[in-house]
Amino acid sequence: MRSGVVICGLAAKFALSSVVMANDWPEDPAEKGAAIAQATKNMDLGFQDSQATMHMVLTNARGDESTRELRMMTLERRGEDEGNWSLIVFDHPRDIEGTALLTHARILEADDQWMYLPKLGRVKRISSANKAGPFMGSEFAFEDFTAQEPGKFAHTWLRDEPCPAPLETVTCHVTERRPLYERSGYTRQVVWSDAVDLQPRQIDYYDRKDALLKTLSLTAYTQYLDQYWRAKDLFMVNHVTGKKTRLAWEDYTFQTGLGEKDFDKSSLEHAR
Amino acid sequence: MTGHRAVLLIGSLLAGTCVGAPALAAETEISGSVEFEFRGFFETPSDAQQPETNLSVAFQTTLEISSADRRQNFVVTPYYRWDQHDPNRSHIDLREARYFGAFDGLNLRVGVDKVFWGVTEAVHLVDIINQTDLVENIDGEEKLGQPMVSLGLPTDVGTFEIFWLPYFRERTFEDFEGRPRFNWPVDPDQAFYEDPDKERHQDIAVRWSHYIGEFDIGLAHFEGTGREPLLIPGLDAKARPVLIPFYVQISQTSIDLQATFGSWLYKFEGLSREEYGQSYVQATGGIEYSFYGLFGTAQDLGIVAEYVWDERDELAPTPYNNDGFLGLRWALNDEQSTSVLAGVLADFNTDAWLLRVEAERRLGEMASISLEAQFSGNVPPEDILYSFEDDDFIQLRLTRYY
Repeated sequence: MRSGVVICGLAAKFALSSVVMANDWPEDPAEKGAAIAQATKNMDLGFQDSQATMHMVLTNARGDESTRELRMMTLERRGEDEGNWSLIVFDHPRDIEGTALLTHARILEADDQWMYLPKLGRVKRISSANKAGPFMGSEFAFEDFTAQEPGKFAHTWLRDEPCPAPLETVTCHVTERRPLYERSGYTRQVVWSDAVDLQPRQIDYYDRKDALLKTLSLTAYTQYLDQYWRAKDLFMVNHVTGKKTRLAWEDYTFQTGLGEKDFDKSSLEHAR
Repeated sequence: MTGHRAVLLIGSLLAGTCVGAPALAAETEISGSVEFEFRGFFETPSDAQQPETNLSVAFQTTLEISSADRRQNFVVTPYYRWDQHDPNRSHIDLREARYFGAFDGLNLRVGVDKVFWGVTEAVHLVDIINQTDLVENIDGEEKLGQPMVSLGLPTDVGTFEIFWLPYFRERTFEDFEGRPRFNWPVDPDQAFYEDPDKERHQDIAVRWSHYIGEFDIGLAHFEGTGREPLLIPGLDAKARPVLIPFYVQISQTSIDLQATFGSWLYKFEGLSREEYGQSYVQATGGIEYSFYGLFGTAQDLGIVAEYVWDERDELAPTPYNNDGFLGLRWALNDEQSTSVLAGVLADFNTDAWLLRVEAERRLGEMASISLEAQFSGNVPPEDILYSFEDDDFIQLRLTRYY
């Protein structure tokens, strides 16, 4: 119990230091962009693990809706070349209920990914090359989901300006990031992050021809354990197709005691 | 709540262990499906008892109780199929009825469950724990629940598992009225065994599986009753010619390997089996490649090419002794998860071929539809697949979930 308090205290100091750093960014736009991304990442250090449920609503151009529900568990990884591990279990629609996806993310190399197919009782190692493919038929690509590690991108700070509506009174850092990993569907992304809490408020995605493809709005931020920010509402609009996807995160819990064994290939068979 | 706790405690008692402090608050969930099936055949059957069209309905319900930390759960899945013509296909099964608990560094499984081993797509050689429920689908992908007690030990050098399989389940076969079926139907009532303990022979399996970077590997050994019967010609009670299943004791060592490099998957399964005074090797392997984002759309196209080999060659009692498989998987990645699978299996010895096409799509939120078709051609009478030569069919399945 006491050690928990100490960790929380340290984490709070971390958060404070990154806010103090805000006045103190490097001059060079590339260094500044990278420093902002790293500061955002640092605010998340020490979350250990988290669990949450997600409700997804897909809307096509005609306005027809379909829904998805899933549970996601995340394990923080601190290794140099690795990103966080995640386990996603699908609850809805019913024809894929119990299907699970385990991802051991890497920074620049291909992620390790396994899928569990409950009808066959089969665990299958799958190719993670499909980064640009749609996640569950939604407007989110797999790469929009996997860890947003700073090391996956080359960053450039562009400017500071008022945040996108409805947060015009707040200042945002506008940073461009270009994917360094292979097979991305994007040439670049432009990120508006709040200059105070350093959390992203909007991301514009540019396709391989550098045309604006999608815009993601992140709202309903909640702070957990007095430190870790999570946007509970993510709204993606595809400007080309007119399709939209809304993700609503619920029941976030942190430091729930998950360990590596809960993210092992053999744990997939009973994830349900 | 007390009811759930009671079941969990029963589960723990079954497991022969004691659940300590971990949160006993449980979550209960019931789900299931009803599936309507229609089969239409293109040709006159070889036996007048066999139908030109067939209707069937399958029911499945799953009751699941999980501890709050989801490290323990209890799952029961009864299954029932009614078939218009084939009394053997009208059958009941417990697909699952098992307790699972993940304790500190040890996974325990007690009850009836499904376990899949292997990596290839066309033929599953290494997969041995569960018996095939052949009346469900002649592709052999459907399995009967297997009674077992298993211990799994995940470590830094892979997962070690041991399975005790105390009761053997016989393969299901179509009756005289079934279609598609063997030209001589199989008579399961006359099934006999090499071992005097018959279905009570205690089978044991062990497996080690691990992954290192791009490589996934599994090594396994099985001692017990072979899941695949030898089929002996004979007569049934009414003196009609039938095939009688003979279950022999086998000893099998297997390996399954997959390497995953970008869009390329390389797969291999091999086994060495001793049975009834002979020993032989079977192997299968191949590649899978996926084109993602076809022509700038969200669609994917996967290609699977595999080869199957049996040391016994022409004498092998399986249709797969020197066969090639070429498959295409087309996923539209739309809201309805529409996908189409097409595969052709060709026998390099006889030039016989078998083509299967499967298309499926979700309907709204709680239903799905699938269309399956099978055609064969060029099959010589000595090939096991000859029985299905005049059984080309199309199958429509509508599934409603609840």
